[in-house]
Amino acid sequence: MASAPAVAAKGDTRRRLGWAPYALLAPSLVYLAVFFALPMVNAFGLAFQGEAGGYSLEPVRRMLGDGRFGDALRTTLLLVVIIVPIQFAVAMSMALVVNARLRGTDLWLYIFALPLGISELAAGIVWFSIFTEQGWLNSFLTQLGVLDRPFIFLDYQRPVLLILTIVVAEAWRATSIIMVILVAGLQGIPRDYLEAADVFGATPWQRVRHVILPLLRPSIRVALILRTILAFQVFATVIALAGSATNVLAGEAYRWYQNLRDARVAAAYATLILILSVASTVLFLLLLPTEEDRSA
Amino acid sequence: MGGRWPYGLTSVSLTRRQALQLAAGAAALGLTGCAPSAREATEEQSEGSLVLISTQFQPVQEAEKMRSAVLAEFGRKVEFLGEEQGPFEDRIRAEAQAGKGSVAVIGGQHGDLVGLAADGLLTDLSDLTQELSGRGFNPDYLELAKVGGDAPVYIPWAQASYLMVARKEAVGLLPQGADVDSLTYDQLAAWGQRIQQEQGSRRLGFPAGEMGLLHRFFQGHSYPSFTGALNTQFASAGAERMWQWMRDAWALANPQSTGYAFMQEPLQAGEVWVAWDHQARLIEALRASADDFVAFPSPTGPEGLGFMPVLTGLAIPKTAPDPDGAKDLIRYLTDPKQTATVARELGFFPPTATQQLPEDLDAGIRAEADAIAAQSTSQDAVASLLPVGLRDQSNPYNDVFRTTFDGIVLKDGDIGPVLAAKAKELQSVLDAVKAPCWQPDPESSGTCKVG
Repeated sequence: MASAPAVAAKGDTRRRLGWAPYALLAPSLVYLAVFFALPMVNAFGLAFQGEAGGYSLEPVRRMLGDGRFGDALRTTLLLVVIIVPIQFAVAMSMALVVNARLRGTDLWLYIFALPLGISELAAGIVWFSIFTEQGWLNSFLTQLGVLDRPFIFLDYQRPVLLILTIVVAEAWRATSIIMVILVAGLQGIPRDYLEAADVFGATPWQRVRHVILPLLRPSIRVALILRTILAFQVFATVIALAGSATNVLAGEAYRWYQNLRDARVAAAYATLILILSVASTVLFLLLLPTEEDRSA
Repeated sequence: MGGRWPYGLTSVSLTRRQALQLAAGAAALGLTGCAPSAREATEEQSEGSLVLISTQFQPVQEAEKMRSAVLAEFGRKVEFLGEEQGPFEDRIRAEAQAGKGSVAVIGGQHGDLVGLAADGLLTDLSDLTQELSGRGFNPDYLELAKVGGDAPVYIPWAQASYLMVARKEAVGLLPQGADVDSLTYDQLAAWGQRIQQEQGSRRLGFPAGEMGLLHRFFQGHSYPSFTGALNTQFASAGAERMWQWMRDAWALANPQSTGYAFMQEPLQAGEVWVAWDHQARLIEALRASADDFVAFPSPTGPEGLGFMPVLTGLAIPKTAPDPDGAKDLIRYLTDPKQTATVARELGFFPPTATQQLPEDLDAGIRAEADAIAAQSTSQDAVASLLPVGLRDQSNPYNDVFRTTFDGIVLKDGDIGPVLAAKAKELQSVLDAVKAPCWQPDPESSGTCKVG
């Protein structure tokens, strides 16, 4: 792709900008190093440390041997597998609505983006007040005559239902972050392509399938990676809705640190979440290569 | 909402500043060059505000009342910080290690202060105890404040307990022959059964959520009521009967109980009609509509009426930056005027021998006070202490009771084998800190032995 003049132009730009880009990048690099990389390395070390210091697999063994580990891993994976595709489909539709430039597009964007401003725990509490026995949903359904007495959605004996309530709360809370990324990607697609598709008589579905989706691939990839990583960290919504009836990996990390006062096992959980996040990222990078990856 | 933000912001900026001071203090140990700036920072603080950290009154609303109602009239600015027991103890220990502290006064339950006292991190408060002897403190509490030593290391601040509250409409459904003020465990279960039959819903309630205090129900109420003891009878026949009772009662409890932290909310919403919890976690229901609820003592079991009074005290860490200011703050907080404000606003009672409650007390708090008085003066009362001397093992200790509940009640495991396995875990928790037995277990020489 890159021709000789283009390379020369790049070199010129680099000379002209000098050290400025690096200086501008430095604060965020320092921030990332101090507040992300360093704690990550420390946590990693802690997860493989014996009681008296020194290398040991004991924290990992205790994590794997804990009675709640299996449940937590299963629930977390289940949540990821259900939440991510649902959110992606919903976010894609929302992004297309916003991008259709109907009247009041901005208003749609603001409405869709509202949940972004709400913390995870607050969202969990909002949804708890909807799903609880004397909550909004039951009041609504009994008044409509659908139910003659309140139905208990948040029943520890109905784990499937519990998980579904968490999925709904999470979908409401975090779909807009995907939408924002997708809208940004959509707005980067030159209108010429879509007009060309129109000229050749493409149906709306064909436009989405053959023009928009391929060009949106880099944004889709970022959105999926980000959302999956966040889904592995799900915590406060689960606590608010399900309490002690179900548990997830991040909740177990909290429990080991806060309740059981063992930072090493908590770090082992954190490391597991990290490994799962990295693995899912690699998977998305392999499954959704961009044009640049392919040509490279 | 109006007052919440400024408070939240002060406490955030304060912790950050203190964190920096701590860091500066730690650096000063290695680098003498840093020392003056660290000292300046501490001095500046001693002239200005005092820091009070407490394991009690942590919830936002309670902390807000501490700041706006209780501490408002103290002549100096007091930064009130609510902390979980773990970080609370970590912080005092870290300050002791750094040899330089920013915390003036600490407030905690007896059990929160025992570990710090055992390691000699708390100031001897003999003189202050002597000076405040006219305040009418319960002599048992003054004895407890010595934490097994000769000199008191904290001043009693407030007392509280756990009790039961029911909606008025449930009272009409009491089983025959049952008196709400002297219920037995069996009658409580029969009550839940009758409500279910009449109403079609499970209406008992337990705080079994992540933030709930269900473990205190086992430790202070059901175990002593069924076994007359706690650790020493953990897997006994009496304990097996207790867990069988719990399983039966749970089947009559709202299945949302696994999400409940404060029982006042489900009681108010009508999701639960009969609940057990800490008085501070029930008070809003009674305060909002005292006529719709009744407060009554915990039930009585085969071995008596087990209940757990909670004593909260105020102590001064040896590293406190301004010990005289700290003593002033304790004088102020234990003044009857302030303890009355705590009773009125926060629902914790003065730690006095005779019930000294303000006249203008809210009807709801009065109802709780009467129920708790009935509970503690009951003929077969079996008083338990909060776990003593567990230091950093207090949460793991609680976790054993919670996971025993998970295993037996939620997962329907066989009671005997679960108890046998959990007894080993419990023993290793006690072994880790060599904790001797505490009331109601008989005194032990050396580490308490789980039975």
